[in-house]
Amino acid sequence: MADISHPDAPAREDTAMPPTSRRFRLLPAAWADSDLWFSFRSHPSAVFAACLLALIALTALFAPLIAPQNPYDLAALELWNAELPPLWAESGQWPYLLGTDTQGRDILSAILYGSRVSLVIGLASVVAALAVGLTLGLVAGYFGGWVDNIIMRAGDVLLSMPFILIAILISAMATAALPAGLKGLLALPILVIAIAVPSWVQYARTVRASAMVERRREYVQAARLIRVKPWRIMLHHILPNTLTPVMVAATLNFGLAILSEATLSFLGVGMPPDQPSLGTLIRVGNQYLFSGLWWIVVFPSVQLCLIVLCVNMIGDWLRDALNPKLR
Amino acid sequence: MLAFLIKRTANAALVMLAVALLAFLIFRFFGDPVEMMVNEQATQADRAELRERLGLNDGFATQYLRFVAHAAQGDFGISYRNQQDVMTLIGERFPATFELVLVATVISLVLGIPLGVITAVYRRSKLADALQIGSIVGVSLPSFVTGILLILAFSVSLGWLPAFGRGETVDIGWWSTGLLTPSGRAALVLPALSLSTFQVTLVMRLVRAEMLETLRTDYVKFARARGVPAARIHWRHALRNCLMPVITLTGMQIGNLIAFALVTETVFQWPGMGLLFIQAVTFVDIPVMAAYLMLVSFIFVLLNTCVDITYAWVDPRLRDDTAKAGGGNG
Repeated sequence: MADISHPDAPAREDTAMPPTSRRFRLLPAAWADSDLWFSFRSHPSAVFAACLLALIALTALFAPLIAPQNPYDLAALELWNAELPPLWAESGQWPYLLGTDTQGRDILSAILYGSRVSLVIGLASVVAALAVGLTLGLVAGYFGGWVDNIIMRAGDVLLSMPFILIAILISAMATAALPAGLKGLLALPILVIAIAVPSWVQYARTVRASAMVERRREYVQAARLIRVKPWRIMLHHILPNTLTPVMVAATLNFGLAILSEATLSFLGVGMPPDQPSLGTLIRVGNQYLFSGLWWIVVFPSVQLCLIVLCVNMIGDWLRDALNPKLR
Repeated sequence: MLAFLIKRTANAALVMLAVALLAFLIFRFFGDPVEMMVNEQATQADRAELRERLGLNDGFATQYLRFVAHAAQGDFGISYRNQQDVMTLIGERFPATFELVLVATVISLVLGIPLGVITAVYRRSKLADALQIGSIVGVSLPSFVTGILLILAFSVSLGWLPAFGRGETVDIGWWSTGLLTPSGRAALVLPALSLSTFQVTLVMRLVRAEMLETLRTDYVKFARARGVPAARIHWRHALRNCLMPVITLTGMQIGNLIAFALVTETVFQWPGMGLLFIQAVTFVDIPVMAAYLMLVSFIFVLLNTCVDITYAWVDPRLRDDTAKAGGGNG
């Protein structure tokens, strides 16, 4: 590993073949007999997690079609249906499968809509962190010098503060700085940024390390000689070689992002109650913990845990499946 | 070694200066400090005088340096919300957080190490499989959800343990401890358990991985061949060699635990620094937020630096620059 870290290490001799052939095959036929697919099929826990996650994502996506009620249409709420327990309890009522909250809002519908918000924020913040992290990592690793220094030192500073603290600060400051009218509108993008800012560093470090190795290889130098533009070299030649570890990290970070969003919303610096994520639902339900209305807080919590659990199980499998040492 | 020591310390100091810059920027440019401190009736002259007294008319660099100098002496100004000295406020809350984090760390070691050994030694058994699945569940449970579920089970349903507060505390000098009274200890159980869930799984996974490697080594095989009882091999000879990374992890995670304690403290209304911080966030009490940020980052950086230095002291190869830069891909 020493030559990865040493910028002046001599170029390796075994670089005749450009390693782009390791790029993932995305064609269905190629995918069907790939190692990854085989490994996936032989891991029941990964299959189970993927199916459950797909089910959760689909029900969240089509929430307006599936949900028995639009939980945020105040006209649809009926107060005499408030505080109903789940269906299987003594006074449960159809169609309130998981009961209702204190305003007569159907918990199941609220969960479906809330999962939507949680999944969107999780996905968007991972994509944003990936975009920033990959770009900065490539630039830092490829160009080196002071560019590299500035980017990586900025990353060091971010890593010297706890993840959750940075996210809380960004979200709280941004919300406090905005005029009241914009707060609701921008709550989602603010959260995405708040979670993406502390998480890009990990991707940048991974990509930088590979970029530093790759740029010394002969195929990159050959590409330079025939004046291929730097961005093209970075995107087409270096980036594909770094994707394996990045993919594993991105999957695990997707779970972490959903958790962070839920934590922020639970603490009251995330999504507002009128467009709740799962975290907001848990925050609201937490107020009724001692009044016996356990279903208001328990079911959103279960949904949140299920989502994160599925993502982590897929991530664990992916890490083992893509780890060359374990093949 | 001395060169490495100086370099590492300088590095840590630079990082702290950058964090201080962030805290300073928040403090100085997020809302006007003068407007936050004066009351409604203050005249223009009062405001101008306060502005001068706070040194807000000086140049940027001067103000920043003054901020750093004050921060280094533990002076973070006056809380906007309750007009008290910020460091006193944090100092009052520190013991609560410290005890919570300490007990959570102890729980994570007491539970995590044996569980890790068991999953490694009996790794083909049903029990180990169940524990492995349990560890993924443990990582996936958000700490506030764990807290809520614990409250629901042990406070609301069973009524065994208190759900909020610190119980009775005893003052020893300026340190107020809840460890010496029965109600204080009872109040600590649920928050500490909920804070340690994640940490238990982390320790368990690490011990398992280390044990699996150690069990393959020659000295373990030799001990087996010599007829040393299995329990003695596993719990004494093998485990000892797995503890170094566990100690490192525990040390480095303390910073994270302090940060995550703010979630636990919110759930259990535990009167620690984290709850103070969350309340400060709600009221946009910037000096408290800045101080908390600096303090937690300081603990974070301090622990990381200590771990790095200890490692370099134990393993001379790490003092070499070229080897150190390799940390980038880890």
